[in-house]
Amino acid sequence: MTWSQFWSMGGYAPYVWASYGLALVVFAGNVLAALQRGRTSRRALRRRVRQEEAA
Amino acid sequence: MSMWAWFHRLASPKHFYRIAGRWIPWLTAVCVVLFVVGLYTGLYASPPDYQQGDTIRIMYVHVPAAWLSLFVYVVMAGASAVYLIWRIKLADLVALSSAPIGASFTFLALATGSLWGKPIWFTWWVWDGRLTSELILLFLYLGYMGLRAAIDDRRSAARAGAVLALVGVVNVPIIHYSVEWWATLHQGSTVFRAEGPAIHPSQLLPLLVMGLAFTVFYLTIVLIRARAELLLQERRSAWVREVIDSP
Amino acid sequence: MLRGFVAILRRDLLLAFRHRSELVNPMMFFVIVLTLFPLALGPDASTLRGIAAGVLWVAALLAALLSLEGMFRSDFEDGALEQMALSSQPLALLVVAKVLAHWLVTGVPLIVLAPVLAVLLDLPAAALPVLMLTLLLGTPVLSLVGAIGMALTVGLRRGGLLLSLLVLPLYVPILIFAASAVADAALGLQVGAQLNMMGALLALALSLGPIATAAALRISLGA
Repeated sequence: MTWSQFWSMGGYAPYVWASYGLALVVFAGNVLAALQRGRTSRRALRRRVRQEEAA
Repeated sequence: MSMWAWFHRLASPKHFYRIAGRWIPWLTAVCVVLFVVGLYTGLYASPPDYQQGDTIRIMYVHVPAAWLSLFVYVVMAGASAVYLIWRIKLADLVALSSAPIGASFTFLALATGSLWGKPIWFTWWVWDGRLTSELILLFLYLGYMGLRAAIDDRRSAARAGAVLALVGVVNVPIIHYSVEWWATLHQGSTVFRAEGPAIHPSQLLPLLVMGLAFTVFYLTIVLIRARAELLLQERRSAWVREVIDSP
Repeated sequence: MLRGFVAILRRDLLLAFRHRSELVNPMMFFVIVLTLFPLALGPDASTLRGIAAGVLWVAALLAALLSLEGMFRSDFEDGALEQMALSSQPLALLVVAKVLAHWLVTGVPLIVLAPVLAVLLDLPAAALPVLMLTLLLGTPVLSLVGAIGMALTVGLRRGGLLLSLLVLPLYVPILIFAASAVADAALGLQVGAQLNMMGALLALALSLGPIATAAALRISLGA
């Protein structure tokens, strides 16, 4: 398969690359959301600890 | 340590947090390797389909996404059953964490199904058996997430979600069968299965590798999410204090 | 055990008849929704005949969905449901009684009304018996499955839309087989397969539905 064949995907480039691009977005979204959940949890817990110690 | 004792230890929040934390880097590495191999064989090393040309490569994303959307729902239901029967709270956290992942895979299956269909059937949407089933599965996921979000009390939300997941999983085969029946009814004998009547061996490898890659990805993400939920759930424990105190 | 079942059944039917004016609502909704289709698609009889089977069943399904609100809400709010859960009777059995009462009040009128409405859409007379049979087999399933969704959301202040999202996917199989049966009957074809499937769905809903509903009720009651 040549480089130009790879990019043009037999003329179906928009469909194939949109599909893989969308998959990338979904995967990235999952990773970011999961990591963000961890960050939010930790932040909320630290805040709670600070509130309890202040009281 | 016996199998049962190991399992018991795993269900203990503190140990799960630690053990899962060790697995995540390894799973990530395996996931990356699988994706590299899958993408190489799917996009480059395998030939285009003699009927559908290079659009067949969309199958290597669409089919694994569809497989996973179903697999994750079954895991969600299984975890819900474990939670209801043995009251293992960690099982509920696995179910809770799985839902958004499964929903995103269902969405991906629908979107890539649409993108695959356009060049072949010249329409952005087709009411074929698989796509219609996927659409209903998306509603099942959204319903589960909506129900859990709507109930304020955490424990009630968990138990209600668990009942809904079990009711849903019983219905999934029924819905799938009825929709397949409906689709063949209205399309006659045309073989509407997008990947054609049979999969060529050269297409099987990228498909299986991508399927495995998707699965390991799910496992990695669900562990990351479950650990985050675990911290919130066990916030009163001493070990959680230690975890958040360290940077 | 039977005494509890009968007592609940009688009570719910009595309560329903005390608010007789409300009994008409599902039927009115059925008629109005049905009327929307010719208004939207044009009065051409051949078009309407083609979609009659599906439209009749979608309208019946939506009417059943809308009537679910009346199933547990008032008992939940005045504490009667909690009493039922605490009683020595198996809650699942009492659920069957409540669902039966609900179906008699909201489902049966649809079955009675359907032939009249079928005329509005020019459904061939040959399909009428099958229409009524599918409604007879299908509306109890709608009530039994809807009860699960209602039980899960009864504690929520504004659970109506969520209820629809939860319940409509579960209604899909009944809709598919019922509408197909009526459409095939209109063409003079055999409908045994669809009716068998609907019978199986009824059996499944009857055996597992009340158990899931009882579990959901206990959760909503905070037990």
